[in-house]
Amino acid sequence: MKAHASKFKWSKYTQLLVPLMSILLIVIFNLLRDPSFFSIGTSTNNLGNPVLTGNLVSILNGASELAIIAMGMTLVTAACGGQDISVGALATIAGSVFVRILRSGQITIGSILVGFLCCCVAAMLFGAFNGTLVSVFRIQPMIATLVLFTCGRSIAYWINGGATPTISSPLITAIGSFIPGCPVPTPIIIVAVMALILGLVFRFTTLGLYTQTVGINQRAARLNGINPMFIKLVSFLVLGLCCAVAGCISVSRLSLINHETMLLEIEMDAILAVAIGGNALGGGKFKVTGSVLGAYAIQALTTTLYAMKVPSTDVKAYKAIVIILIVVISSPVVKKATNRLWTKIRARIPAKKEVVAQ
Amino acid sequence: MQDKILLSMQGIGKSFPGVRALHNVDFTLRAGEIHALMGENGAGKSTLIKVLTGVYTKDAGSISIEGKEITIRSPQDAQKAGISTVYQEITLCPNLTVAENMFIGREKGVIVGWKKRYQRAGEILHSLNIPARPKQQLGSCSLAVQQMVAIARAVDMDCKVLILDEPTSSLDDKEVEMLFSLMRDLRSRGVGIIFVTHFLEQVYAVSDRITVLRNGELVGEYEVEHLPQVELVAKMMGKELQGLSDLKRDDNVDAFVGTPVYAAERLASTAGIAPFDFAISKGEINGFTGLLGSGRSESVRAIFGADRVGSGVVRMEGQRVKIGNPKQAMKHGIGYLPEDRKDDGIIADLSVRENILLALQVMKGFFHPLSNKEQEAFADEYIKALEIKTASSDTPIKSLSGGNQQKVILARWLLTHPKYLILDEPTRGIDVGTKTEIQRLVRKLAEEGMSVTFISSEIEEMLRTCSRLIVMRDRRIVGELRGTQLSQDNVMRTIAGGDE
Repeated sequence: MKAHASKFKWSKYTQLLVPLMSILLIVIFNLLRDPSFFSIGTSTNNLGNPVLTGNLVSILNGASELAIIAMGMTLVTAACGGQDISVGALATIAGSVFVRILRSGQITIGSILVGFLCCCVAAMLFGAFNGTLVSVFRIQPMIATLVLFTCGRSIAYWINGGATPTISSPLITAIGSFIPGCPVPTPIIIVAVMALILGLVFRFTTLGLYTQTVGINQRAARLNGINPMFIKLVSFLVLGLCCAVAGCISVSRLSLINHETMLLEIEMDAILAVAIGGNALGGGKFKVTGSVLGAYAIQALTTTLYAMKVPSTDVKAYKAIVIILIVVISSPVVKKATNRLWTKIRARIPAKKEVVAQ
Repeated sequence: MQDKILLSMQGIGKSFPGVRALHNVDFTLRAGEIHALMGENGAGKSTLIKVLTGVYTKDAGSISIEGKEITIRSPQDAQKAGISTVYQEITLCPNLTVAENMFIGREKGVIVGWKKRYQRAGEILHSLNIPARPKQQLGSCSLAVQQMVAIARAVDMDCKVLILDEPTSSLDDKEVEMLFSLMRDLRSRGVGIIFVTHFLEQVYAVSDRITVLRNGELVGEYEVEHLPQVELVAKMMGKELQGLSDLKRDDNVDAFVGTPVYAAERLASTAGIAPFDFAISKGEINGFTGLLGSGRSESVRAIFGADRVGSGVVRMEGQRVKIGNPKQAMKHGIGYLPEDRKDDGIIADLSVRENILLALQVMKGFFHPLSNKEQEAFADEYIKALEIKTASSDTPIKSLSGGNQQKVILARWLLTHPKYLILDEPTRGIDVGTKTEIQRLVRKLAEEGMSVTFISSEIEEMLRTCSRLIVMRDRRIVGELRGTQLSQDNVMRTIAGGDE
């Protein structure tokens, strides 16, 4: 057991320092402000089921779509050295497909599965479109995905023929809020399942190694038999899948789809989550865990601001201030300075001891 | 021939941290001459040019133009002194017109008289016989013409010294001839031209004098007619021509019979080498030799499928196979250590372990990742076997020294147990100790039955290691030496060509 413990390598996890610190900062701030922020209670919802409530639950729940999209965004960032800004539009398209199929008949578990599969296929097709522009035509990811960013919501609108359709069914509510008998919000469970699936993919394929290799040195990757185009395409396919899942959750929460406002500006939060997660936005080494933690940090910040009764019109401004802090703290310049400071402090510690001894 | 000295560089020295790039180098350029600056990789050619053009500041020595000593601190200073450079890559703007390119960045006043300028541009182009119209977009001209426009721009700026840095490397024969006639024309107008190239034949076609550098020092200045090609090669490589019997080997070349491990007929790639035939037997070490740019690296890249393969028939152990990309080559048991370690070899941010495992992992396939235990075992085995000096197998490869990085790449390929291993400059830029270790390792691998192609810029190293040498010049194979033919003199003679 001991030998195993000594093999644990801290150096592998230094990247997670920034997102963990960000979360810690928000936690400490809330502890000082109002410790009751963290209280978790149970209540009975309108279906008569006992469910968990409290700020922590709503943070984890509210960040679900962002966390899932951040997972895929991490892969695209690592492989292509750029970001996909069409994820919000893509998730809306996926949600729209989901709604369209469920509207066409009785909502059963079977039809939900069919709808989900169709929306996955649609999202992956659009992901493949983005991926082809980036890998085959070598267009910068942000420019390539600008296409879908611009027209995605219109496409979503067309799919449902122009209305703001609703899909109401207890099954949909179960996906968007609670499964009867389970006190944990369903989106949190879906995030856990997605994390598990992605974890298994990294464990049982070489996707992680290949993605990092392509992101760091594409020429060398090719000379070692890796097809960089394929890996970039795969990263966009995975992101498409993530968008499909996020889209279904978002639609199920409200039991309706609003093409204009659904997951609006989530692309920026997703990119931010990747950055807070300590991943290099220029590609290369990555940790999906970091991005997920980053997503929760962002949501924790938003929830805190609302808990402080900050008017919703001002929330974005306060958010920006905190983001500046986090981004500057994790910048290479500050990192270097802290490293220097740290070595200085270390050098002084024995000196102090000598003084004490005298 | 005019003998007025135009440019004189005396005792130039330049050091970078840990490297002495130039030491006490003299260089003299006369008005109305084409002066070739020759040297192998790392000889100091580009450093000397950069000192002259103000990109680097010299540590020692003096530069004077027409007898007047000048200080060059920036490229602007150089331009004011009448020194212009045309680089291998066109540094003009392809989306502007020819005339705009000739005058851009030279406006003195705010008001620009374009009508006058187009007229002036037309005159210059006409007088230099450059086939371009002033109002034509530069990007629509061929590379050669673009280069000539760059030269015309320099000439119009009253340049006395024109530096042409590898101007011919992307031109075809006809374009080269066009460029040469322009150079001769400028020479007759009294411009001094410094011509940097690695094409031997072009040097002899157009130059008057040759200055040879080696390891940052001056070897000498020669008039072209007094320096046969073979002696030029010897001077560049730092070997004196000796008697033929300096290195006799009794390798029995005929021992390598039977079906070759790898055989190619009329293999050609898009990298611009002439189609070539090549075969290697089991346990044989052969080498591709030639000067820098002779096509030796391109040849092995074609074998590995690293460049797009244009044509050719490839057989592995008698079976016809298709090798169109590195993955196919790897599947057929070929390994390739590239010349450019930094850009083509290492994955800088990844650990030593991941760098060692990469090729084997790719061969095992996407759905069969090596377990952590296997990874540790393989990495530790090869770190130990090749004596790679690293803090741990988790250290990023970028923090290792060059020699140790090279060993990691070597380990990467040895781990795949290739039948045929290609090593392009495995010993470049690494210390002598590691060098001999790698040479010994290559010998051992061949004895165990691996076929190896070994490329090095150092002739002795090639002679020590290889039992057969394929000699290349100007992107084609010009000879093959084996057994008793293997000597420095022979290699240099073959590289230089048969004009003795």
